[in-house]
Amino acid sequence: MPSRALESTGVSHAIVTSAIEKRYPKGGTYAVQGVDLAVEEGEVYGFLGPNGAGKSTMVRLLVTLLRPTSGTAFVAGHDVVKDPASVRASIGVALQDAAIDPLMTGRELLELQAVLHGLSRRDSAPRGALLLERVGLSSAGDKRVGEYSGGMRRRLDLAMALIHEPRVLFLDEPTTGLDPSSRLLLWDEVRRLRDQGTTVFLTTQYLEEADVLADRVGIIAGGRLVAEDTPEALKSQVGRPHVHVVLLNATDRERSLQVASAVGDPRPGVTDHCLDVSVEDGASELPALVRALDEAGIAVAGLDVVRPTLDDVFLQKTGAHLTEAEEVVA
Amino acid sequence: MSAPSIALALRALRLTFRRPQFLIPLFLMPSIFLAVNVGGLTATTRLPGFPETTSFLAFQLPAAMVQSLMLSGLQAGIAVSLEIESGFFDRIVTAPVARLAIVVGRLMAAAVLGAVQVAFFLLVGVLFGADMAGGPAGFVIVLVLGALAGVAFAAIGLAIAFRARQASIVQGLFPFVFAVLYLSSAFFPEELLQPPADTIAAINPLSYIAGGLRAPIAFGLQAAPILEGLLVTAGVIVVASLLAVAGLRWRLADGS
Repeated sequence: MPSRALESTGVSHAIVTSAIEKRYPKGGTYAVQGVDLAVEEGEVYGFLGPNGAGKSTMVRLLVTLLRPTSGTAFVAGHDVVKDPASVRASIGVALQDAAIDPLMTGRELLELQAVLHGLSRRDSAPRGALLLERVGLSSAGDKRVGEYSGGMRRRLDLAMALIHEPRVLFLDEPTTGLDPSSRLLLWDEVRRLRDQGTTVFLTTQYLEEADVLADRVGIIAGGRLVAEDTPEALKSQVGRPHVHVVLLNATDRERSLQVASAVGDPRPGVTDHCLDVSVEDGASELPALVRALDEAGIAVAGLDVVRPTLDDVFLQKTGAHLTEAEEVVA
Repeated sequence: MSAPSIALALRALRLTFRRPQFLIPLFLMPSIFLAVNVGGLTATTRLPGFPETTSFLAFQLPAAMVQSLMLSGLQAGIAVSLEIESGFFDRIVTAPVARLAIVVGRLMAAAVLGAVQVAFFLLVGVLFGADMAGGPAGFVIVLVLGALAGVAFAAIGLAIAFRARQASIVQGLFPFVFAVLYLSSAFFPEELLQPPADTIAAINPLSYIAGGLRAPIAFGLQAAPILEGLLVTAGVIVVASLLAVAGLRWRLADGS
């Protein structure tokens, strides 16, 4: 297994891939190309990228729905090609679009899922009830899924993926299309799973989601992994935070650049009224900057600490913003 | 029969009975054909070569049965195609369930539904005065053969669905059901069919399945047609099931 070198570091890995590739015969295009991953046990790994970047293909490779064209992948210690049955027994999967049968009730679906994962019919009912309660669907458990809202479907989808207490959970864009409150509920559940030691492999096209939820983030573009680290480390690679200053009078700009140089590294902003002061931390330098400008008699209309985002990382690595990258990398 | 197969069979049955738009045509359409045929073609029993039968209604009941069973086989294929299209099928195949169990679950549901379908048409026959020539034993034979034929047609539906993947393609085979039906001896005795229909009917497995269902209803407990019906049905089950499992494996290997 290619994780031998990784094992020598003393860290157990829930997912390990080595140069994994998926090429479709039609057109010969690569959906995933030479991706190496090592996701630690108990980690929330965010797989960030625009539509068409290869996120879902990667998930489908790891959950045994697709066979890789080349390379290897191990999930929960099992080879996805040579031992797919053991992989399936160890994972929970909530794929994109929450494909749930609208004519069945939430309870029926959970009990079916339980039996498919080896629970007895006797055990499946209480387990289903427990999960319905956990995701806040107890009162809707006997309603047909066709009557559920998008958020309720997603929560049921998550409950189904958790029915057998999997070691590794795959969530493919779990919050796409959800309203903010449903999104927050799902985030809470992911955090709870992490606290319980479940490994979560989460794909998302939302910067904030990856930033807030993931212990580490892998950024994928055009089927290739272009960056991988903790969100903070990735952002620090892009550059330091800066204070964006909006002046009341454009005529003060030259003088304000001189004054701000005592606090950080200033540069002119995009308009005559603005300047950006590159600083080490942001919050700690802000009072000193305000004081310095005030003492110099420079009137300020607004101040904002701007920190690098994962979008800046994406921009640096691919030359496009994540939101506009669908057309660029597809 | 594994627990997952039984769970999948129960799910398939539940969904069948929750989709009236799928369920009603299985009973309504063959009933209409039955009423039209019996109402207008009873005089054909006086044609030379028409076998001695208890009634023309009894003779026509198996035609309604196989028509209904073929339609439900097609619907089993459509249901699986819809699951593939919606992504629900991915959920099933990412569970640690043997691939064979997925196919077996569907076929078990088809067996139960098949028995219900033939029982319905037997009831229609009884209500409209048809005698059961084979008595209670004949009733059991029809139920068993109906269940097996349901499995056979569902296996064909699955084999097509795993290859076609799109419900619309499977649905497009609807006229084919009638072509196969009319090119068999389900509606009329083979002896009364003209060439080349009689030749095609002689090699059409549907003729033997209909013959196996017909004997206990219209003629009595005749061993030859019943055994032929059972053997041909078993053969179709084996071949179609192998094709269905191969189709499933192909689909999963292809993965798209």
